[in-house]
Amino acid sequence: MSPRILPGLTGTPRLLVTAAALTVLAIGGTFLLDPYRNYQLALVAAYFCATAGLTLLIGLSGQLSLGHAALMAAGGYGYALTANALTESGIDGVPRFLVSLVVAVVAAGLLGLLLGLAGARLSGPYLAGVTLALVIALPAITSVFSGVFRGDQGVQIAYDGVPEALRLIIAVEQWQAWVAILVTAIVVTGLAVIRRGRLGLRMRAVHGDETSARLNGVPAGRVKVAAFTASAVSAGAGGAILCFVTQSVSPGAYTLAFSLLLVVAVVVGGLGSIGGAAVGAVVVVLLPWLIGTAIGAFDLPTELEQRLSGNLGVLVFGALLIVVTAVWPGGLAGALRRRRRRENRMLRADQMPPAEPRDSRPAEPAIPASPASHPISTEPER
Amino acid sequence: MSQHTATHRRTVAATAAAAAALLAFTACSTPSTGTDPAEAAPGVTDDTVTIGTHQPLTGPAAAGYSSISAATQAYFDYVNENGGINGRAIEYLVKDDGYNPATTQTVVRELVQEDEVFAILNGLGTPTHTSVLDYLNQNEVPDLFVASGSTSWNQPDKYPFTFAFNADYVVEGAALAQYAVDESPDAVVCLLGQDDDFGDEVVEGAELVLGEGGLAEVQRYSVSNQDVTAQIGAMQAAGCEVNLLATVNGFTALAVGTAAKLGYFPKWFSSSSGGDYPTLVGFLGEDLAPKLLQGFTSTNYLPFSPDGEWTALFRQINDEYNDGAPFDGNTVYGMSVGYLFAEALAAAGDDPTRQGLVDAISSGDLVGNGILPLSFGSDSHAAYLGVGITTVDQGVQDFVGTTYALEGDEVATVEAEPVPLEGEGIPGAE
Repeated sequence: MSPRILPGLTGTPRLLVTAAALTVLAIGGTFLLDPYRNYQLALVAAYFCATAGLTLLIGLSGQLSLGHAALMAAGGYGYALTANALTESGIDGVPRFLVSLVVAVVAAGLLGLLLGLAGARLSGPYLAGVTLALVIALPAITSVFSGVFRGDQGVQIAYDGVPEALRLIIAVEQWQAWVAILVTAIVVTGLAVIRRGRLGLRMRAVHGDETSARLNGVPAGRVKVAAFTASAVSAGAGGAILCFVTQSVSPGAYTLAFSLLLVVAVVVGGLGSIGGAAVGAVVVVLLPWLIGTAIGAFDLPTELEQRLSGNLGVLVFGALLIVVTAVWPGGLAGALRRRRRRENRMLRADQMPPAEPRDSRPAEPAIPASPASHPISTEPER
Repeated sequence: MSQHTATHRRTVAATAAAAAALLAFTACSTPSTGTDPAEAAPGVTDDTVTIGTHQPLTGPAAAGYSSISAATQAYFDYVNENGGINGRAIEYLVKDDGYNPATTQTVVRELVQEDEVFAILNGLGTPTHTSVLDYLNQNEVPDLFVASGSTSWNQPDKYPFTFAFNADYVVEGAALAQYAVDESPDAVVCLLGQDDDFGDEVVEGAELVLGEGGLAEVQRYSVSNQDVTAQIGAMQAAGCEVNLLATVNGFTALAVGTAAKLGYFPKWFSSSSGGDYPTLVGFLGEDLAPKLLQGFTSTNYLPFSPDGEWTALFRQINDEYNDGAPFDGNTVYGMSVGYLFAEALAAAGDDPTRQGLVDAISSGDLVGNGILPLSFGSDSHAAYLGVGITTVDQGVQDFVGTTYALEGDEVATVEAEPVPLEGEGIPGAE
C-alpha cells in the first residue's frame, strides 16, 4: 500500500506494521469526526469485515456467495443472544463483549463451514443459488422460531456504555467506533495474512485451474471450504459489531438487497483487493446517505421524494456497477493500482539511467514480482 | 520531471483537500458538560422549534399509516400560520424508515445528531421504535407520544424521556375481550396477532378477561410475509366465532379479505391500530368493504365521531393545509398528536428545555383531546388507559357508547369524558 515506508521490512511483519499504523490512524481520525460521522465510521468498519471476507472468497477462491448478509445475521444473532444470556447471569462489560463476539464468530463460522462443504461440491450459479436461498429464508426462519429470534422485531441487547476512565474524553459513538475499528483491524489483518500466505496461494491456484491445482497436490475441496469458513468468520464479526453498535439485530437489516449490495461493493472496490473492500464498505454506507441528503436538498414534491428515497439508491448502485465494470474491470482498487504503476514507469523513464539509490535492493524490479506481494489481478483472467 | 512535479503537486492538493474536509467535520466528539443553556435545548431558536419523527412512508406499513405525518404536518402549518406556540413556529422533519427497525436506527441518529432536533415526536411502530428506545433515553432526547400501544413506553424509571400516545395494547386487548364477553357470552374467541410485542400484549390483555387459555386459538403473522391464508385457515378450522385482531391496517384488510375468500365470516374485533374504517376501505375497495366490514368492531380513544367539533376543525385544517387529502382516522390521529405536542410545548414555557418539556408532560396537567382523561403523571408515561368501542354500520364508523378502562387487572365500564374544543384548537391561544 505504501511502498516507500520502512523499506527494510518485508512480508508479514511489514503487513502487521502497516495494519497497526492504519488502525492508529483510523482511531486518531475519530477525534476529528462528529458523533454521527463516528457512527457511520463504525458501520463502515462492520461492513468492511464482511466485504473483506467476501472479496477474498470471490476474488481469490472464485466462489460466489450472494448470501453473505445471512452470515452477518448469524454473527449478529449469535452476539445478541449470548449477550442477553450473559446479562441475565449478571456478567457485563468486557467479558460479555468478548464472549459474545467469540460465540458470534463461531456461529457464523459453523454456518460458513456447512455452506463451504456444500460449496465444494457445487460451483458457479449453483453455489450462488444455495447462498441466495439462505438469505431469502432468513425472515421466515426468524418468524418460525420467533420464541428465540423475536420475528421481525429482532433481538435487543443491553447497552455497553463508554468505560468510566474514558467517559469525560469521548462520546459513546466515538467509543463504538474504536471498538469497531479494533475488531475490524484484527479480522482484516487475519484475512490479509491468509491472502498473502500459503492458503491464499492455493486459493488462487484452485481458482485459476482446479484440475492442475489438484494434479499439483493442492487439496482443492479443503481449500474451498477453508476459504468459505474464513470469509464467514469475518462476516460474523461484522454482524457482531453491527449488533454492538446498534444494540439490536433484526432480519430487516439483512435483506436480499443488502446481501447483493455487499457483492456490488466488492466488485466496485475491486475483486480480491482488501483496499477495494474498504472502498466498497465506504460506498455502501455513504452512498445512500449522500443520495438522501441530495434529495433533501432539492425542494421536491413530497410524493416524488418518498418514491425516490427508497429506490434511487438501488438505481445508483446498479449504474455504478455497470460503469465501473465497463471502465475499470479491476474495480476502483485495480484502476488506482494501474495508474500508480504507469506513473512509476514514467518516473523511471524520467530518471534514466536506472536510479542509483535502488541498487541497495537489487531484487526489486520495476514491478514488484514476489508472488505473495503481487496483488491479485482479475482482469486478465476474465 | 514535469510528471513527477505534477504528481507531487496533486498529492499535496489531495492532502490539503482531505484535511479541509476533516476540519469541516470537526464538531468535536467530546461529550457536553450540560451547563450551556443552548445545549439544554438543541433545535430551539428564537422563532422555531425543530422536531423529528420516523414514519413508514414506504414498505409494508406505508399504505396504512403514511398519511399520519402529513396530517400532523398540516396541523403544525395551521398553528404556525396562527403565530406558532409561544411565538415559535414548529418545524417537523419526517424521515422514512420503511417499518424496518434497522433503518429506524439510522434515521433517528440522523435526526438527533445531524439535524439536532429538540424532540422525537410520534415515532411509529412497535418493532421500529423499540430499536431506538435505549438510544433516545441515553441521549436524553424527549421521545414523545410514540405511535404504538406497547407498554414498553410506560416505564418512567427506566425510560424517563419516553411517553406513549396510543391506549396500550393490554388495555385494548382487555376491552375487546370484555366487549366480546358482554355481547356474545358463549362465542369461541380467537386471536390473530403480529409477531412482536403488539401481538403479545393484546393476548395478555385478552387473557386478563378470558383467563389463561381463554383464547381458543392464537395465530401469529410476520409483517415481512404478505400471506395469512394458513393462519386464517387454522382459525376457521378451530371454529372461531369472534376473532380479535392485533394487526396493522394492511393486515386487518388482508385477514378479512382472506377469510372472505375462504367463505369464512366471523366477527372481527380489531385494535385501534388496525381498525380505521376509511383506511380499510382503501385496501378492500369501495364496493366490497361496506359488506365485508358490516359490524366490524374496533376501539378508539380520539374524538373521531363524524359530527364532533374536533372532527369539524380537523376537516377544515385538512382541506386548507393538507390539499384536501382523504379524511380518515389517521388524519384525526395525526392532528391529535400535533395538538398534544403543541399543548406540551406551550406548557414548557417561553424558554423550553428538554427537561422542561418532559416535566410539563409529567406534571399531569395536559388535557389532550381524547374521550378519556390522559394518564400522564410523574409515575405514569401512559397516555390513555381506557378506550371506547366503535362499530361500522352502513359504512359509517362511530362510538357505540360503551367505554372500558383498565383499573389494575380489572376491566371496568366507565363514562366517556370528551374534551371540549377551545381556542380554535391552538393551545395557549386565549
